[in-house]
Amino acid sequence: MGEKMLLIAGRSTKQGVNLNIGKHSEAYRNITTTLEMNAEDMERLGLRDGDLVRLRTAVGEAVVRCKKRKPADLPSGVLFLPYGPASSQLMDGDTAGTGMPLSKSFEVEVEPVVR
Amino acid sequence: MNERARIVENATCTFCGCVCDDITLTVENNRITRAENACSLGKAWFAEHTIEERPYALIDGREASTDEAVEVAAQLLVNARFPVIYGLSDTTCEAQREAVAIADLIGANIDTTTSVCHGPSGIAFQGVGESTATLGEIKNRADLVIYWGGNPAESHPRHFTRYTIIPKGMFVPNGRKDRTVVLVDVRRTPSARAADIFIQVKPGKDFEVLWALRALVKGHPVDPAIEEETGVSLATLQDLVERMKSCRFGVLFFGMGLTMTRGRHFNSGALLALATDLNEYTHFVAKPVRGHGNVTGADNVLSWQTGFPFAVNFSRGYPRFNPGEFTTVDLLARGEADAALIIAADPAANFPRPAIEHLRKIPVIVLDPKPTLTADLARVVFTTATYGINTGGTVYRMDDVPITLRPAFPSPYPSDKEVLRAIKERVRSLVALESIPQPVPHLLNTGTMPGAAS
Ligand code: SF4
Repeated sequence: MGEKMLLIAGRSTKQGVNLNIGKHSEAYRNITTTLEMNAEDMERLGLRDGDLVRLRTAVGEAVVRCKKRKPADLPSGVLFLPYGPASSQLMDGDTAGTGMPLSKSFEVEVEPVVR
Repeated sequence: MNERARIVENATCTFCGCVCDDITLTVENNRITRAENACSLGKAWFAEHTIEERPYALIDGREASTDEAVEVAAQLLVNARFPVIYGLSDTTCEAQREAVAIADLIGANIDTTTSVCHGPSGIAFQGVGESTATLGEIKNRADLVIYWGGNPAESHPRHFTRYTIIPKGMFVPNGRKDRTVVLVDVRRTPSARAADIFIQVKPGKDFEVLWALRALVKGHPVDPAIEEETGVSLATLQDLVERMKSCRFGVLFFGMGLTMTRGRHFNSGALLALATDLNEYTHFVAKPVRGHGNVTGADNVLSWQTGFPFAVNFSRGYPRFNPGEFTTVDLLARGEADAALIIAADPAANFPRPAIEHLRKIPVIVLDPKPTLTADLARVVFTTATYGINTGGTVYRMDDVPITLRPAFPSPYPSDKEVLRAIKERVRSLVALESIPQPVPHLLNTGTMPGAAS
């Protein structure tokens, strides 16, 4: 069983630069599947930079590579992933009557992928 | 053919809502080799939009001419019962107008990427109102600049340097030294480096913090337990309120940290109301930081043509507005739309999975200068010229200031406006054919007319 955390999907400079280069590029794929995670959370889950984790919601799942961030920058239990096909897989289509899907701070289950 | 390097002065970058119009481009052999003044995103925008060898159009994956594709697109749209038109934030106002005209002709639904960025703020504007200013005013006057739920250092790199923090202004002659900068966010982003004060809120607690600030501004007591709830101490909030009330010109910029989280339009509304409250004490404005180059234009064009900024439906022959009902994510996720015309947007790369799954099931028409994930699943794909680089026209900066584009070099591909206009003309003639009145038998035979007096 995985651990529940909050996922924030958003923009980054690298993601923005690579939008221009093209969405079929290797670089775009790498950027949009690199998950930032609190360093202490990673340690607790036995994860190191570059390890794979599976994120799961009621809607779908995605396998991404994790990268640690200082606890002062990214609080425990919060994840950041640049927008892209991986974050789309996890988002629910229900917008609660607003048109806007919950794209930031929604709950995901995190589970290390055993190789 | 070898062309000597040509300089284009005061060119406009349309990659983000900053719409910087002070770029000096060097153009060599139909390629931009230098983009002076542009940020790293802008440099990539100019460098990567070259003329690639791509087909003018694709129909079911087969190469086609633009004209053939216009015919198929028009047929698909006219034969659909619930077509949606979506995107429009990375094209000119002139192209946006054509899209609205098509929606009007076929009774389509028209919506823009606003619905998945500041759509909730649009809803809040209607409920709360907007205390607004141009970026020029902010540059010349603001001595307190607050960013809430946004990371402009990465998404709008020149927002700080060109408009808000760094520049010297008429009433802030020392630039950065005359301004206090505050960043409020759930994570410490690279934007925190530009701020004097960083306030870290627990995820999903923005509304609570904003409402507490409103209470403090009005002199109501706030329980110190607010810290446990939101991660922000009462002392921090009191200090911020002091600064907000005592500044000469304050501005609250807000991003998707407010609109994309639980609460959505309530969050934007709380922030707009806070700015309005502060006008009892000083001058305070609030502005959403807009993402795409002409998403603000899309709001403006839809508003002046239909009366509403996004989520507009023409199926009854007149425009109706209802976010949640006529927004694209909902129409797709509920499986209602039966055809889609997507202009300069890539929903297959950022919509929720249930919406993308429906897109795969219906005929999709795409206009884009670049290959996209949506184009991969589309029946008809048009390659179009890049706005601002290859085509002229008008775009609106995020503060609703219209800017005229200066194209750098021509493209062999048609502009979005040209393609949309051609589709519109073809749709118009198809709709006219369909609506020729057919003789109705009972009206011809007066003797058996139902309800006729006997
Ligand atoms: S800030 Fe935005 S508009 Fe200005 S140069 Fe950078 S990407 Fe282009």
